[in-house]
Amino acid sequence: METPLESRAGWARWQRAWWYHAMQYGQTWRGSVAGTVLFPIFYLAAMGVGVGHLVAAHTGLVQGQTYLHFIAPSLLVTTAMQLGEGESLWPVLAAVKWVRTYHAAVSTPLEPEDVLVGKLTWVATRSLAGGIVYTVVIGAFGALHSWWALTLPLLSVLTTLAFAGPLVAYATTAESDASFSTLYRFAFVPMFLFSATFFPVASYPGYLRPLVQLVPLYHAVALGRAAAVGSGAPAALAAHLLVLVALTVAGVLVGRRTIRRRLVD
Amino acid sequence: MSETILEAHGLVKRFGDFEAVRGIDVSIARGESFGFLGPNGAGKTSTMRMISAVSAPTSGSIRIFGLDPTTDGPAVRSRLGVVPQEDNLELELSVRLNLEMFGRYFDLPRRVIRERTRELLAFAQLSERAEDRVDDLSGGMKRRLTIARALINQPELLILDEPTTGLDPQARHLLWDRLYRLKRDGVTLIVTTHYMDEAEQLCDRLVVMDHGRIVAEGAPRALIEQHSSREVVELRFSTDSHEEFLDVLAPFAPRVEALPDRALLYVDDGDATLHDIHASGLTPASALVRRSSLEDVFLRLTGRTLVD
Ligand SMILES: Nc1ncnc2c1ncn2[C@@H]1O[C@H](COP(=O)(O)OP(=O)(O)OP(=O)(O)O)[C@@H](O)[C@H]1O
Ligand SMILES: [Mg+2]
Repeated sequence: METPLESRAGWARWQRAWWYHAMQYGQTWRGSVAGTVLFPIFYLAAMGVGVGHLVAAHTGLVQGQTYLHFIAPSLLVTTAMQLGEGESLWPVLAAVKWVRTYHAAVSTPLEPEDVLVGKLTWVATRSLAGGIVYTVVIGAFGALHSWWALTLPLLSVLTTLAFAGPLVAYATTAESDASFSTLYRFAFVPMFLFSATFFPVASYPGYLRPLVQLVPLYHAVALGRAAAVGSGAPAALAAHLLVLVALTVAGVLVGRRTIRRRLVD
Repeated sequence: MSETILEAHGLVKRFGDFEAVRGIDVSIARGESFGFLGPNGAGKTSTMRMISAVSAPTSGSIRIFGLDPTTDGPAVRSRLGVVPQEDNLELELSVRLNLEMFGRYFDLPRRVIRERTRELLAFAQLSERAEDRVDDLSGGMKRRLTIARALINQPELLILDEPTTGLDPQARHLLWDRLYRLKRDGVTLIVTTHYMDEAEQLCDRLVVMDHGRIVAEGAPRALIEQHSSREVVELRFSTDSHEEFLDVLAPFAPRVEALPDRALLYVDDGDATLHDIHASGLTPASALVRRSSLEDVFLRLTGRTLVD
């Protein structure tokens, strides 16, 4: 019970936190929406069609697919990953340290957990919208072959959360952003390039192949490819899914503690 | 007689090994305006954060509206207004959206949010700047917006941590006027401040804090009577250190204090003392007789001046 019900709008507390992010996004949505629609088109045209011609001339098919078909799901999940990364480091540190807008939020009825859930559901919302746009664009390029492709927007959400969960938890413990660019340089960029994103695992040297499996993005890429063609070994797919779900859950569980410590101690 | 709105016992806040608040007891009645005074680092903000139902006490107990904030935080905070020491406005959003956003945090219906936003914009004299980004406002305007924002839920208890720091004198007086009105409407006020005149003006009752403890409590006038003399003679000599004059001045008053820029003599009859001083051949560069203030209480209790 907060105030008498008749004078309330009736939103759950995490929804109010979600709304805050929506409002903030409302300030810049024009540029952002244009990017969300145009980047997939640019990416697929340049990498899929452009590079795809070279690949076709030199190699032929990649794992039985044209290069466009091979990389289209990769581009969707890497974009989802980048959304998770970009939303979770600097914006969160700003909110808990520089501008302290999360401190403002917890001086109202909101609890730290509400702020966390509001943030993650907002990032998930954007990822869902981006995932839908991407799926439509991939379809328009003729790179979808299965009804399973309809799950791609959900994979986008899960991929974003698998990164945003742990990274938000981490950012709420940070005192400065010094480590953030290091993360980009030595973790995110290599992950983007070497998760069987742009060439199949088979083309890595043998000793590196098991290493690729340790990279979270690899599992998202594998799931994306399976969804686009509608086939894959169920056990392997379940394992991929488990990795992403585990990262998300771990992020939320740790984040609940770290954000509480940061905001109310 | 009057209902207790906030009660705290043995409040302690520890950060690692450091004890910022070391056992505080306060009881505040509904409708009262209550002050926390203290030098930098005394533990005022740490205390305010605990009684705002935001930070959990390391030990001790708090009841606000009869509720325990550690278990009923959202319910307690829905009836509080909090003005933090440092503004934490959303800089990229407009003035209006900052208010609306807080209305949403309190789950107010849209119609109510719109109405109160309009009233509070006028209250903070920011109606003309409603659509501007907060980042573009002056420091004083941001402060006024933070205060207006704390009123969006029409709180029963308003907690203000140094509300007028950064405001010009006119804006300060305007804010005092607004706070009087809220008080008249039955809102309970808790304030910290570095300004003694503010404390004397605003507070029915106050505590002086030092090193995490309460060192005195009472109404402003009563504290002055209890801890200081009736009048104070302030002398300035052309010297680098007023300490040198302590011995010379000692015979003229029961208590003499040297500050970097002046010497203070605590006496009952200031004019008589000043007369004696001049008669003895001492030639201060300037001299002034005034009534004792909270500033003197503060100096007496903590050995420090408030505004350094
Ligand atoms: N989060 C924190 N971690 C560690 N120490 C802290 C923290 N917050 C406050 N302190 C310490 O606790 C002490 C009391 O700080 P507090 O901010 O409560 O003082 P204050 O009376 O409000 O001072 P001021 O008048 O400067 O605002 C200070 O020594 C401060 O350094
Ligand atoms: Mg303070």
